[in-house]
Amino acid sequence: MREQLELIQKSAEDELKRAESQTDIEATRIKYLGKKGELTAVLKRMGSLSAEDRPIFGQLANEVRSDIENQIAKKVESIKAVEMAARLQSEAIDITVPGIKQRIGHKHPLSIVLDEVKDIFLGLGFCIATGPEIEWDYYNFEALNIPKNHPARDTQDTFYITENMLLRTQTSPVQIRVMEKQAPPIRIIAPGRVYRSDAVDATHSPLFHQIEGLVVDKGITMGHLKGCLDAFAKCLYGEDTKIRLRPHHFPFTEPSCEIDVSCFRCGGKGCAMCKGEGWIEILGGGMVHPKVLKTGGIDPDEYSGFAFGVGLERLVMFRFSIDDLRLFYENDLRFLSQF
Amino acid sequence: MTMSGSKVEGFKQEGEQLSNIVVGKILEIEKHLNSDNLWTCQVDVGLPETVQIVTGAQNLTSGDFVPVALDNSVVFGGKTIVKGKLRDVDSEGMLCSLSELGLTLHDFPYATENGIFVLGDDCEKTTGEDIRTAIGLNDTITEFEITSNRPDCLSVVGLAREAAASFGETLQPPTPTLKGGTGNVEEYLKVAINDPEKCYRYIGAVVTDVKIEPSPRWLRERLRASGVRPINNIVDITNYVMLEYGQPMHAFDIRYLDNNEVNVRCATNGEKIVTLDGIERLLDVDMLVIADANKPVAVAGVMGGEYSGVMDETNTIVFESACFNGSSVRSTAKKLGMRTESSARFEKELDPNGCLNSIYRALALVEELNVGNIVNGLVDCNYNQRKPRVIPFNWKWVNKFVGIDVSAEKQKEILERIGFTVNNDAITVPTFRNDVEHLADISEEIARFFGYENIPNCPLAGIANGKLSDRQQFEKIMNGVLLACGLSEIQTYSFTSAKCFDKICLPAESEMRQCICISNPMGEDTGVMRTTCLPSMLEVIARNYKHRNPEAMLYEIATEYVSKGSETLPLENQKIVIGMYGEESGYTLIKGIIEEILNVAGIAAYEIEVCNNNPAYHPGRCAAITIDGEYLAVLGEIHPQVQLNYEINTKIYAAEIDFEMLFKLKNLKRTYKPLPKYPAVDRDLSFTCEKGIPVLRLQNLIAHAAGPLLESISLFDIYEGSQIADGTKSLAFTMRLRSPERTLTDRDADEAVSNAVDALNKIGITLRA
Repeated sequence: MREQLELIQKSAEDELKRAESQTDIEATRIKYLGKKGELTAVLKRMGSLSAEDRPIFGQLANEVRSDIENQIAKKVESIKAVEMAARLQSEAIDITVPGIKQRIGHKHPLSIVLDEVKDIFLGLGFCIATGPEIEWDYYNFEALNIPKNHPARDTQDTFYITENMLLRTQTSPVQIRVMEKQAPPIRIIAPGRVYRSDAVDATHSPLFHQIEGLVVDKGITMGHLKGCLDAFAKCLYGEDTKIRLRPHHFPFTEPSCEIDVSCFRCGGKGCAMCKGEGWIEILGGGMVHPKVLKTGGIDPDEYSGFAFGVGLERLVMFRFSIDDLRLFYENDLRFLSQF
Repeated sequence: MTMSGSKVEGFKQEGEQLSNIVVGKILEIEKHLNSDNLWTCQVDVGLPETVQIVTGAQNLTSGDFVPVALDNSVVFGGKTIVKGKLRDVDSEGMLCSLSELGLTLHDFPYATENGIFVLGDDCEKTTGEDIRTAIGLNDTITEFEITSNRPDCLSVVGLAREAAASFGETLQPPTPTLKGGTGNVEEYLKVAINDPEKCYRYIGAVVTDVKIEPSPRWLRERLRASGVRPINNIVDITNYVMLEYGQPMHAFDIRYLDNNEVNVRCATNGEKIVTLDGIERLLDVDMLVIADANKPVAVAGVMGGEYSGVMDETNTIVFESACFNGSSVRSTAKKLGMRTESSARFEKELDPNGCLNSIYRALALVEELNVGNIVNGLVDCNYNQRKPRVIPFNWKWVNKFVGIDVSAEKQKEILERIGFTVNNDAITVPTFRNDVEHLADISEEIARFFGYENIPNCPLAGIANGKLSDRQQFEKIMNGVLLACGLSEIQTYSFTSAKCFDKICLPAESEMRQCICISNPMGEDTGVMRTTCLPSMLEVIARNYKHRNPEAMLYEIATEYVSKGSETLPLENQKIVIGMYGEESGYTLIKGIIEEILNVAGIAAYEIEVCNNNPAYHPGRCAAITIDGEYLAVLGEIHPQVQLNYEINTKIYAAEIDFEMLFKLKNLKRTYKPLPKYPAVDRDLSFTCEKGIPVLRLQNLIAHAAGPLLESISLFDIYEGSQIADGTKSLAFTMRLRSPERTLTDRDADEAVSNAVDALNKIGITLRA
């Protein structure tokens, strides 16, 4: 009987080795382990053994059985792996076939950069204020310390609706509107459209966008203006960016400054973009003139503030190396879809 | 200088374009062998060997010193000169005329107009010397940007003051001194000021026996470097003083002042003057003029009259050094369309105190050049002496305002360097600094010389609630939806042409034609503020179509401007405007986008109705979405006529959504609903009905009849064609049924379906056979 069991074990092993498919394995299983299988037949004959031999051969038969079962399991695994490999190979595709074109909407480049600027200032604790585009002369000029016949009015050729109503030439009137409505502390930016009677060319448009900023609180200094705009410049152009303030003149700020950022292309060494200067002018600003605070209903003895203004188009033109302002308002898809 | 407020725009060297041109002396000159008009010269150019040069000029004799462009030299205009042969005779360079050096007869009046420039005694006659050094074409020109609050810096003296303060040097202001003359000015000149509000001061001085001739080289040179053309000594003096002191001056020939009178008055209506540039100007009562007994001789502060100027035979002149009201000069210059060096200075409000030194300087120059006899005394009229402002010296406030720590002594020193005086607690502002009124202005002076770069950066402190408003948040969400729908954002002008109303076929009586007009538009195309954003969109579509972009799907959240009369600011309403053309475009696509917008806005209850009265849209292919009878949106195919008007040869689909109303009605609250526990049962049904019956009607009937188990109903097919009767269509729906409490049986589903079929049968709509 022992020889019989060993023979079964040996021949099952050989058959499994030769098996090529799961069908072959199943046939082997039935042949040896099935109800009418060879091992089952041997086990059926166990009854005829003596009481001493029965446990010995019983154990041996079980060992043979579990050995065959293990071998079957192993073989199944390896056959499955081979079959999977073959399937995967046969299913290979040409991965260079072009993708299905997705219909994606493109944000206007002006919005892309404006959203970025808004996010930066929201992060610095600013809210976003708005004001009318058709404005009173009072808010656009008078309240900003630009009386009638002031030479500063010459530099901003204004579209008038009536003698007192005009298309705002700057976003600065929003400063006054916010001050009238809100008690300090004030921390706002006011992006929006502004209008000047400039003939259209590559760098001029009768309509463009500005982003105004205003901070009013107790103890605000020019150092805060610098700190705030330094943070803005670093967020917009990277940690290594530096800012430079140059004295300038605006009627509604005193002291006033123009603010340059270190050239974001060459890092300040001088290149074609910054015309070799290493600096690019992007902002104007200063401490809010005490007269303007007073006009806005804020006591300049108690509070001080700073204000600044950025031209959005300029930022966007630098960002994407766009050399013609007209493209923004032509809205040619060949342009829009680049962003 | 840039860092202290006088921005340097750039600088350049005069004559930087010229190279390898030297002074040469003509040693011999003889007729060219092969030409009657050419000359062959032997020229000493400071080298051991003389050079031979052929010239066509007829004004040379031996011994003349001339500019010689040697082999490989560059003349004005960038032309390179190389040696060559002229009619078989070697020429090793070229002799130059003034124009080849970039100069004119104004710079060297003694030169011959059409000949070689023969150096005069005012030039350095050293052979081999660089021509630029020899004739004084070697100054460095620096260009500054001067802000409008600093007219005092539109002068050499003003900038020198700034420079001295910037570099810690000592300012050495010029102090004109006069030897004195003869006679008395009052014998020559009577001045009256009729409009003292517009003229703060008028000083007149007289010079007799003037010798009109070109100014000396140094004066001509400085004028040229400053961009002013030298004319003659007297005119040059007035310009020189203007550049030096910032005070415009004028010189009148006394022969043309009738009755020797100067009357500063406003013009009478219809009065005319021919200005120095030869143009006749019509004056009005707001314009200040300088007149004699009978007629205006100059537009005050702007430009002199034709006959007021100085001519070759002028013998006696009147120097004017006056101060006019800035706004008056500004509006006069603007009205006459002539902005001059003089008006540009006056309009920024000059200091009447500056008139006196300037006229002294002019007279001193007359003495220095020895070109006339000065008459004793000055006529000084209506001197509105500007009183110096006094500002408290609160140096601590300055520190606090700027965010610096600069001692009182240091602040005092800075202020004194730029002409302020500081005594104990008071700062006296010099009268030429009319812009300084307040401690904030003082702060700027301190800050710019302390250095903006030295102010320590300081972060904003405290907690601030930086967040978007509900409206801004909603706009952001809507932008996201529109982009996700595949629409690209556009930005269009807020102004448009009144003609656009005709293009979108707006009836003549439409309210939308009542738009806000710009009183001084740039052109007709941008003359009015838009009351509808649709034309802007159609223009962009037309442009894209013209550029052969095969398709476009666009949107803009745009503003419309509705007039509220002249006493109230207009309404500025926003609309979402969508426009599209191309293969994928269609009514159902644009409707799907609108539905998605409403879905995200949380607006479920709305009516959709046929809109056949909007002239811009196809009356059979346009829908209105209303809520309680109010229009929220209109969408559809653009009217074929409008399409034609925009020269677009393809169908356009558009929609306009009232953003204000959308925002008002939005509901962004979302509450979680548990996911269904039991499976749904889907049943597909096809009905045939008359073509004209709207899908929505069937859908509503089915939904109503099917009862509470109906979860959703959706159309999946519309068929019209040979398989069914003419004039009918087949509509196929999927009904999805579900109960929140149990798994539905077939019977449940059958019942719901048969209820729906019965309801439709009642109005004669049957299941498709």
